[in-house]
Amino acid sequence: MKKELIELRVNGRSHEIAIEPSKLLLDALRQDLDLTGSKRGCDDSSCGACTVQVDGTPMLSCTMLAASCEGQEITTVEGVSEHGSLAAIQKAYGDWGGSQCGYCTPGFMMTVRHLLSQNPNPTEAEIRGGLSSNLCRCTGYSQMYQAIKAAIDAEQKGMAASR
Amino acid sequence: MRSKREWRRRGETKFLVIPSAARNLLLCFANDERPTTNDDFMTDFSIIGKSIAMVDAAGKTTGSGKYTDDLSVPGMLIGKILHSPYPHARIKRIDTSRAEKLDGVVTVVVGSDAPNPYGILPVGHDEYALALDKVRYVGDNVACVAAVDEFTAERALELIDVEYELLPAYFDPEDSMKAETNLIHDNKPNNIEKDYHHVFGDPEKGFAEADRIAEARFIANEVTHAAMEPHSTLAAFEIDPQTGNPGRLIVQSSTQVPYYLQHKLSLVLEMQMSQIRVIKPLVGGGFGGKSEVIPLEIIAAIAARKAKAPVKITYTREEVFWAHRGRPRTIVDLKTGVKNDGSITAVKARVVQDGGAYCSYGVVTILYSGALLGALYDIPNIQYDGYRVLTNKPVCGAMRGHGTVNVRFAFETQLDELAAAIGMDPAEIRQHNLLKPPCVTVNGLRVQSYGLPECIEKVVERSGWRQRKGKMPRGRGLGVACSHYVSGAANSIIRSDMPHSTVNIKIDRDGGVVVYTGASDIGQGSDTMVAQITAETLGCTIARVRVIAADTDLTPIDIGSYSSRVTFMNGNATLRAAQDVKKQIATAAARKMNCEPGDLIFRSDVVSKKNGLQGPRGDGRPRPSGQAEPGSASPSVSGHVEGQILRGSLQQKRKDEGPKEQLSFEEAVVAAIDFHGALSGTGSYAPPLDARGGKHKGAGVGPSPAYSYSAQVAEVSVDEETGEVTVHKVWASHDCGRALNPVSVEGQIIGSVWMGMGQALTEEMVWKDGMLMNPGLLEYRSPSSVESPEVEAIIVESIDPEGPFGAKECSEGSLAATIPAISNAIYDAVGVRLHECPFTPERVLAALRAKNNAKRINLTEGVDPTSPARFREHGGSLWYRGKGPERHPLDPSRTETPAAVAGDD
Repeated sequence: MKKELIELRVNGRSHEIAIEPSKLLLDALRQDLDLTGSKRGCDDSSCGACTVQVDGTPMLSCTMLAASCEGQEITTVEGVSEHGSLAAIQKAYGDWGGSQCGYCTPGFMMTVRHLLSQNPNPTEAEIRGGLSSNLCRCTGYSQMYQAIKAAIDAEQKGMAASR
Repeated sequence: MRSKREWRRRGETKFLVIPSAARNLLLCFANDERPTTNDDFMTDFSIIGKSIAMVDAAGKTTGSGKYTDDLSVPGMLIGKILHSPYPHARIKRIDTSRAEKLDGVVTVVVGSDAPNPYGILPVGHDEYALALDKVRYVGDNVACVAAVDEFTAERALELIDVEYELLPAYFDPEDSMKAETNLIHDNKPNNIEKDYHHVFGDPEKGFAEADRIAEARFIANEVTHAAMEPHSTLAAFEIDPQTGNPGRLIVQSSTQVPYYLQHKLSLVLEMQMSQIRVIKPLVGGGFGGKSEVIPLEIIAAIAARKAKAPVKITYTREEVFWAHRGRPRTIVDLKTGVKNDGSITAVKARVVQDGGAYCSYGVVTILYSGALLGALYDIPNIQYDGYRVLTNKPVCGAMRGHGTVNVRFAFETQLDELAAAIGMDPAEIRQHNLLKPPCVTVNGLRVQSYGLPECIEKVVERSGWRQRKGKMPRGRGLGVACSHYVSGAANSIIRSDMPHSTVNIKIDRDGGVVVYTGASDIGQGSDTMVAQITAETLGCTIARVRVIAADTDLTPIDIGSYSSRVTFMNGNATLRAAQDVKKQIATAAARKMNCEPGDLIFRSDVVSKKNGLQGPRGDGRPRPSGQAEPGSASPSVSGHVEGQILRGSLQQKRKDEGPKEQLSFEEAVVAAIDFHGALSGTGSYAPPLDARGGKHKGAGVGPSPAYSYSAQVAEVSVDEETGEVTVHKVWASHDCGRALNPVSVEGQIIGSVWMGMGQALTEEMVWKDGMLMNPGLLEYRSPSSVESPEVEAIIVESIDPEGPFGAKECSEGSLAATIPAISNAIYDAVGVRLHECPFTPERVLAALRAKNNAKRINLTEGVDPTSPARFREHGGSLWYRGKGPERHPLDPSRTETPAAVAGDD
């Protein structure tokens, strides 16, 4: 298949890449841009390990075409850390055991970020519902709830301090 | 142990059970007072027992950590494997010529490219990387294409012509055991991989003494690991500069066992082990699924050799299901006798495992199933007949709770039935049958630390068992069950006298500590465990410690991450290596400080004298890792240029100063290097001889230097209209010896319980004529966050006498208790006994219907939990082809009303 030149905006930077029109966004990110943080855990949008944000909405990059994302703002897990330091949610996932093998973690990062941007103070039921798009085989999810609550606390404290 | 304050910070209270020797120290902690430091009597730790983030956590949360599939090297080809579409067939002809001609295809490899058999067990070398003459399951490996990209490789697979001659296939183990012809492996008569018949004590006498006997058939269907990371391998050959030809093989792979992989690669590729380097990048979960050599690991190497280029193969999710090596479908015919006072008098188990097409870990699995009937309760008489049977399905192997889970489900459920029959509380009957350690069980297992009594107490207390059991509204119930697991096998699968773990530590003038360990971190946190033990022993901060792990060129042999052996064995080796190097530092530091090496205390980056306790010691509370105690930062020597270069003047300076009261860690290290030369330490671990078990055939499997214990209470509700079971909460206490990193221990306990719940309620591999019907994560029904209950992990610390800092395993032992805790809770809720897991709505409904139709109720009543035939036509079901209920004489439902159940509505 003949390649075409497209422009992808990822994590605030523009990249011009030549790809087949059939190329999936996940493959373009991993192979062409070397952003290997987004993972492939299944091939059928079951697991959510490939979740990225497209214009702020979590999407499964394993089942969307890269070419269809031209002109949209894509955020991957590599774009989550802030000024070279861990974002609160990343730190909390480490501290509270939200991540064990870590393979599903990038997808969860993107989902949780979206959840918190929509609902800064979710209840546990809302968190459970929000995470149900992603699968994890290690943690049983319990420690993720603690991590998310800790991250919300940390964010609020940080905001209070900067005031 | 975690300080009280820290528990409070986490908004929860935990129970710690600590032997009396340490109890005073705990009380000191409770008063926020620092106990007297005693370096030899180590109970006051600065790093051990503190919850810390894993050392590789940032790589995982930022996406910068590299898993195998994230790697690429220049010129790398992509490999794709052609799998068999038939469950049992002879390969008459393979023609790869059309595929080879496709533009972009570099090579196609077939079985004859590497015709040496291999297998994880020395007794089970029955696999070929690619099929030689026969395929034995749908998904068996036939050929591999290496091409410039995935798309080309997949197209080429379609161009490989294979001619098969179909053979009769066996899908049900009990049918398979009757086979005389068309055997799956010619050297395995009746398709029986291995059978064992063990008698310990006098079971007949035991049953004669029993007041009540229960006998029933239990079935646990097949489950798989489904680790989030699909298996992946990148193999490349280095050019040998002397010969100019391909020389060493470098394999990076998602494996739990780098050294076994190196060994098997050497066998199949006929290369010396020293010419093969295996590196384990980050691994995205294993659960046993990567604890043996998976075909793609060898296929990638063969393809790289033939293509003369690096080859990477990554399984699709469907291929992961075919690669499998999960927990076999297990049929357990169990008979247990108890006296009216609750004492278990005898147990008799006949276990048939549907092992799939190759041996894999099968011989070990079937032995664990029998051996681990012991070491949990005091059972004086045990009879065990185990059959590992070959069938034409993907291969079963080791999975979390290897061998024990399905038998534990049967046993704990039956014990619950017996408790009901003699009118005893289910928790009490378990407390009545405790071991009295230290002891050796009737089947030769040595038990030293035994936290089970505390585990039961804690879950009974925390769940409100005594107040709530039996008093809940209909449809809601509580169930209790216990389990245990080995902390590593006392006997290695490769028979040799080598230590099971060896660890090297190197410290240089910069004060950086590098630990070289073969332990394979697969997400359970073994790198962190190694760093913690090293830092605690050397009294330095964890930030100084770098862990280099699982690279056969760099790290000494550790036999891998399986059977929950790593903390116990590699932890002990790490401890010894750190003590070795610490001794060298102490010698040099003692000279500087004008005291005996034994009088020194290493803690929080400071070496000080034991008695004087001079110098700043902080306020006694542990600090977060990476931070020294305030005031402990004394001038660093190696940090200054003159310290490195102007040694003459430095020595003069030291002389002027006279003996020091304390040294910083770096100063002590520099002194030691000046005194000894290079500074390195080594430690190894081999299980003690008296823990290695009895002498009977098969005695090698089951013995462990220490056993972990778990007790659980599950609260469930059952919808009697739909048969749906909801688990509301599980209280899980686990005796892990000592929790080295409590947050990780809790994570392992919760993860085990969760995986057990998956097997109990939803997870099942569904087969039709050897074809897997649900090879996807959603179809396989891995529970999502909304289906997952709250799990309250309760850590019990029994401080094992041989574990590193008293630690034992915490990653597998909890899984087995969850399934029977749920089945017992279902009985409490709606009064039906489920003998087949998972307890899907259709099985629960069938059991409820059978119960309502039942004419008589007795103890051995087999409430047939199987579903109506039209839902269950796959080979796994008792109802398969309509011959199910008649199949076994023990199954009482065959004389009752199965037709009514099957034909209902």
